[in-house]
Amino acid sequence: MVTAFFSLVRQDFRLALRGGIGSLVAVIFFVIAVSLFPLGFGPESTLLERVAPVILWVCALLATMLSLGRMFDEDYEDGSLEVIALGPLPLEGVVLAKVLAHWLTTGLPLMCAAPVLALMLNMSVEGFAVLMIALALGTPILSLVGSVGAALTVGLRRGGVLISLLVLPLYVPVLLFGVGAVEGAIFGLGERAHLLILAGGLVIALALTPWASAAALRMALE
Amino acid sequence: MATKTRNSGRSLHLFANPARFLRFARKIFPWVAIVAAVCIIAALVLGLGVVPADNLQGDAYRIIFVHVPASWMALMIYVIMALASAAGFIWRHPLADLVAKSSAPIGACFTLISLVTGSLWGEPIWGTWWVWDARITSMLVLLFLYLGYIALNNAYDDPTKGARASAILALVGVINVPIVKFSVDYFNTLHQPATFSKFDRPSMDPSMIAPLLIMVVGFIAFYLVVLIIRLRAEIAARRIRNLRLAQVGNQGANG
Repeated sequence: MVTAFFSLVRQDFRLALRGGIGSLVAVIFFVIAVSLFPLGFGPESTLLERVAPVILWVCALLATMLSLGRMFDEDYEDGSLEVIALGPLPLEGVVLAKVLAHWLTTGLPLMCAAPVLALMLNMSVEGFAVLMIALALGTPILSLVGSVGAALTVGLRRGGVLISLLVLPLYVPVLLFGVGAVEGAIFGLGERAHLLILAGGLVIALALTPWASAAALRMALE
Repeated sequence: MATKTRNSGRSLHLFANPARFLRFARKIFPWVAIVAAVCIIAALVLGLGVVPADNLQGDAYRIIFVHVPASWMALMIYVIMALASAAGFIWRHPLADLVAKSSAPIGACFTLISLVTGSLWGEPIWGTWWVWDARITSMLVLLFLYLGYIALNNAYDDPTKGARASAILALVGVINVPIVKFSVDYFNTLHQPATFSKFDRPSMDPSMIAPLLIMVVGFIAFYLVVLIIRLRAEIAARRIRNLRLAQVGNQGANG
């Protein structure tokens, strides 16, 4: 069963790599969206570094929301989701494998792009380490919770916009605590509480979301 | 053993028959409507006219008689919706899905009323129309959950699939309800802490509690009135759909 899990992850990852630039749509959107803010603020503004953590987190959220549609849709449409569901891996394991592959192709590139973009936004030096830790904790939560939204709307005609509406209420706490952690580090207010809550949220998401997503997929495959 | 299983599901299966539920609804509907009208009017008259003004806020505090019951209703209806969704999901109870689907718009409206009245109250008292404190933000999240539930329910052509998909969403969103309830205790921000607690005497003057509770009873009755109306409409719509499907099936068989 473990080999089935990793072979599924490897297959999805390879498919994403072969998809070329299209699979990096999340990171590209992230970079473009963040770049618009300094252009809008202008060269003389000191406001930019004050809002840098917020800009990074909001754009990371939006970029992840954009990429959620392709988690299950392509496999559902060409029928391979049914074949995978009949395999040795339980549907919850399938969901976890897909989430891991999604995070490797979305969350991890976001984390790689974030320090460069934070430099571009003049973010204070104290915030960088905490930003990376918070993103490392937060982006898996985004992928996990996003899998619930993607599973609920798989196969729907107008599913794309609906996914964003569904996952937005659950993404808001990640945004609040992610920004709180980075700003806590920058202003010396302490980031530990926010990071601990993010870690707790990750554990809860890991425990609960595969069941919800699997139930939704089972319903869609009937 | 046999008697135990026969009696345990009795109350749940009592309303599985839509016809029996419709007969029950027809009997209680006039009474619930009267209770709703009487209680809401009484609470408004008492709250707006009779009860004395607050010593700090003057007459502006009177919006509490709409704001607090609406907030309680918004949370209560979400819990009912989540429980009905769970019952429909686990036991495939036919009316449970319909109860959840019918309650969602009512809950969304109560949440909107709560947010708007809170905003109207905040402007003279706090000096601002909106503030991003924990309780207000999580009530806004509750509104988004309601809207997402309604959108997901209507996105599927097959009503059963739509009901089950939105049931999952309702159950995932239940975690927001304790956040709303306890956020005023854990996050020390602008919205005032809870006035009513199970263990202490309320910190509000007793004369002001009466209109509040009467309004809550009135709102609950109002919710039941609208719920019965919507349920009747949903059951009728389902019947029409079944008739149409049977008609198409007969044409296919004959033609």
